[in-house]
Amino acid sequence: MSDLESFREETVAWLEANCPPEMRQPMVDENDICWGGKNPTFKPGQKEWMDKMAAKGWTVPDWPKEYGGGGLSRAETKILLQEMGRLKIRSPLSSFGIWMLGPALLHFGTEEQKLHFLPPIARGEVRWCQGYSEPGSGSDLASLQTSADDKGDHYLINGQKIWTSYADKADWIFCLTRTDKTSKHKGISFMLFDMTNKGVETKPIVLISGQSAFCETFFADVEVPKSYGDGVSSVVGEVNRGWDVAKYLLGHERSMISGDGSSGATSLGSKFADQFGRDEMGRLDDPMLRAQMAEMDIDVLAFRAMAERFGDTFKANLCHPAQPNMMKYAGTEINKRRHELIMSAGGSEVLEWESDASSGGLTARGWLRTKANSIEGGTSEVMLNVVSKQILQLPNA
Amino acid sequence: MPLYLNDDQKMLQDSAADFMKGEGNVAHFREFRDKNCKDGFSHALWKQFAEMGFTGILVSEDEGGLGLGHTEAGVVLEEIGRNLTPSPFLATAVAGVEALNAGGKALRDKYFPGILSGDSVLALAIDEGAKHRPDQIAMAATREGNGFKLDGKKQFVVQGGSADTLIVAARTSGSAGDDKGLTLFAVDTNSSGLSRDSVRLVDSAMAAHVEFDGVVVDADAVVGEVDEGGAVLQRMLNAGRAGSAAETLGVGAGAMDITVEYIRSRKQFDTIIGSFQALQHRTAHLYSEMEIARATVLKAQQMLDEGSSKADMMVSVAKAKAGNTTALSVREGVQMHGGVGMTDEYDIGLYMKRDRALAEFMGDANYHTNLVAEMHGY
Ligand SMILES: Cc1cc2nc3c(=O)[nH]c(=O)nc-3n(C[C@H](O)[C@H](O)[C@H](O)COP(=O)(O)OP(=O)(O)OC[C@H]3O[C@@H](n4cnc5c(N)ncnc54)[C@H](O)[C@@H]3O)c2cc1C
Ligand SMILES: Cc1cc2nc3c(=O)[nH]c(=O)nc-3n(C[C@H](O)[C@H](O)[C@H](O)COP(=O)(O)OP(=O)(O)OC[C@H]3O[C@@H](n4cnc5c(N)ncnc54)[C@H](O)[C@@H]3O)c2cc1C
Repeated sequence: MSDLESFREETVAWLEANCPPEMRQPMVDENDICWGGKNPTFKPGQKEWMDKMAAKGWTVPDWPKEYGGGGLSRAETKILLQEMGRLKIRSPLSSFGIWMLGPALLHFGTEEQKLHFLPPIARGEVRWCQGYSEPGSGSDLASLQTSADDKGDHYLINGQKIWTSYADKADWIFCLTRTDKTSKHKGISFMLFDMTNKGVETKPIVLISGQSAFCETFFADVEVPKSYGDGVSSVVGEVNRGWDVAKYLLGHERSMISGDGSSGATSLGSKFADQFGRDEMGRLDDPMLRAQMAEMDIDVLAFRAMAERFGDTFKANLCHPAQPNMMKYAGTEINKRRHELIMSAGGSEVLEWESDASSGGLTARGWLRTKANSIEGGTSEVMLNVVSKQILQLPNA
Repeated sequence: MPLYLNDDQKMLQDSAADFMKGEGNVAHFREFRDKNCKDGFSHALWKQFAEMGFTGILVSEDEGGLGLGHTEAGVVLEEIGRNLTPSPFLATAVAGVEALNAGGKALRDKYFPGILSGDSVLALAIDEGAKHRPDQIAMAATREGNGFKLDGKKQFVVQGGSADTLIVAARTSGSAGDDKGLTLFAVDTNSSGLSRDSVRLVDSAMAAHVEFDGVVVDADAVVGEVDEGGAVLQRMLNAGRAGSAAETLGVGAGAMDITVEYIRSRKQFDTIIGSFQALQHRTAHLYSEMEIARATVLKAQQMLDEGSSKADMMVSVAKAKAGNTTALSVREGVQMHGGVGMTDEYDIGLYMKRDRALAEFMGDANYHTNLVAEMHGY
């Protein structure tokens, strides 16, 4: 047996022996995601599963062991994720620390920063939020104005962020601030600080889905120390060079959002045919919907192959550096289309916004939430701009 | 297996790209079209294909071939697509050889030497109507002596007029729509009772309407088992469909490349038209679709090479995805070329015509989309 085959066997045995039964139930909504953090609300089984996986480093299987990861190779990580998918096991921990800050720190952080910040992310002890967008700086992010004035041993932060997902629940923020007003791109710094600092205030915003997952975030004379002791700086990368870090992180964010939202799910058509009824040939009994669902199957299976290829070429350094933008564009547009079809299949029943039968409008709220996919983390139009300039080398207007 | 070409496959890609660009390029295509060649391809070039080893890609090493797989066949086909190279490669060396691989040693010994030397051309006689409907094959093969007698008509037999041998799918029992009862035959085109009417297609390739009027073949012309041809046919179709998806991908990639190049240089309103966001976004969308199609085609090829039980599904996904994407590529290509896109002088229109013909070969995107729904049980 090859090393990988025995790794697969051991992994399956361990997962089956250790995963709590609650963590093998399908997720119903966003509340079933385990985010960790200092003030978490765990559902049954979540904490046990997070702690067990964290002890093996498998909340972040491909991070190095010294930073709380599992030290797994790409092939091993693939096997772990495949087997978790096959056994219908939930992800033990989700967080912006894992998807965004972690990769940025691994790339740009000092050894002290990595040792200080990464293990608590891997263990789910600290929950992070992302302070990028401002009311006047969305797609044109580098125009941001939130200022960080150098006061010797600390920075003084003033300004406002917006659309800060889970800012009201997060413990720390990775925040883009302006440290030099004379240069647009070379006057931005990437700072890490505690959301319980004096002067930080968050105000939830209600979304069209009725949920309020994101906030306005205000900073009034917030003091951020330059060092957290033991050589751990609060700035990642160089001062005024935070744009490089921000962009690198966006690459990871875009790859992460690019999932078509259907991993592990069987085809829409086979799922809805039973509910919808079949004709005498066994076909879903609405020819137009059937055709659209079949086209969706094609696009979802095709995109899954793309995601696999993207992952493989990314790890092997064979993919274009702007490729995450293409992935983000394609994946989010598919996911939006998919939810349009789910709504269409549900008909008038999924219009019910609060009933028990509709689980409180779960399908409709999910559908509305997907509309943000092509906005958050950079809009589809911005992705297409990047692809046309950086990959296709088309000229500026 | 990672989803990108390994070093050997990349080397093959380089040599196939050099070869097609050098010998089988668009100028070569135009030359054969304009002299109204009755084959629609050059036999001399086909010989060169053989010298390069390409015709033996799917033939085992023991039998004198390269013993490679569908991924490698696809590498060559993508370059054929990109350069519009006219050749019988897909029908002969990919689908035809794959059918013979499912047949007995005697058949392989009979046909492989000619294929390996580039002397032989095979064509596939499957379709009986305007659309690809292999489950509806009705052509009859009735027992006669120790062999069979074939009666019926086939159409869209690409390069059927130049072929020495046809791989024919016919019914030895049951009726159209039945799973069982199909049998594949390797039939000499000189057989008495067999007549061919070659017609030129939109992409300038030649295809034949073939009539079988009591064509008698020996029992040893049977490829695989009598009445069990469904499995051989499926294997041949998988190879042909994955292969044509790869060629389609090459057509789409070639069309995209010349279009991007065109809009990078054409000026209107005192600016390069490629700087207009209206064109940039559509081109970037096309790039994204082409990337996805490429991943899908490679995935299908790898699954075929691994013998995966789910390969049928992915082959259909690949044929549909590559078809939809390349159709988009050639439509956008002609449109973004403006008036010159409508002219015979510019190549983009040739890509549009080639895509149209490939789309129908072994099932269009609608056919395969429907098949994917059926395979998913709805
Ligand atoms: C659910 C959700 C969660 C989010 N979470 C966070 C978070 O945690 N942290 C954070 O910092 N931000 C977050 N965001 C903010 C997100 O990153 C911004 O909304 C996004 O960058 C777009 O900025 P904007 O909303 O100001 O839109 P605008 O930039 O004002 O865009 C409006 C429209 O104009 C188009 N447009 C803009 N520029 C161009 C151009 N050059 N060419 C063509 N079209 C253009 C856009 O594509 C869009 O369609 C979140 C957003 C959402 C919806
Ligand atoms: C069959 C045929 C018959 C014709 N008959 C006649 C005739 O009888 N008399 C006559 O005078 N002309 C005729 N024309 C010419 C026709 O009017 C032009 O082809 C047309 O105006 C486009 O110009 P162009 O070909 O130079 O393309 P271009 O202007 O070079 O356009 C190339 C591409 O760039 C796009 N593009 C250009 N500018 C912009 C922009 N600002 N923003 C976004 N996209 C842009 C175009 O939409 C197109 O996709 C004919 C053309 C054809 C194909």
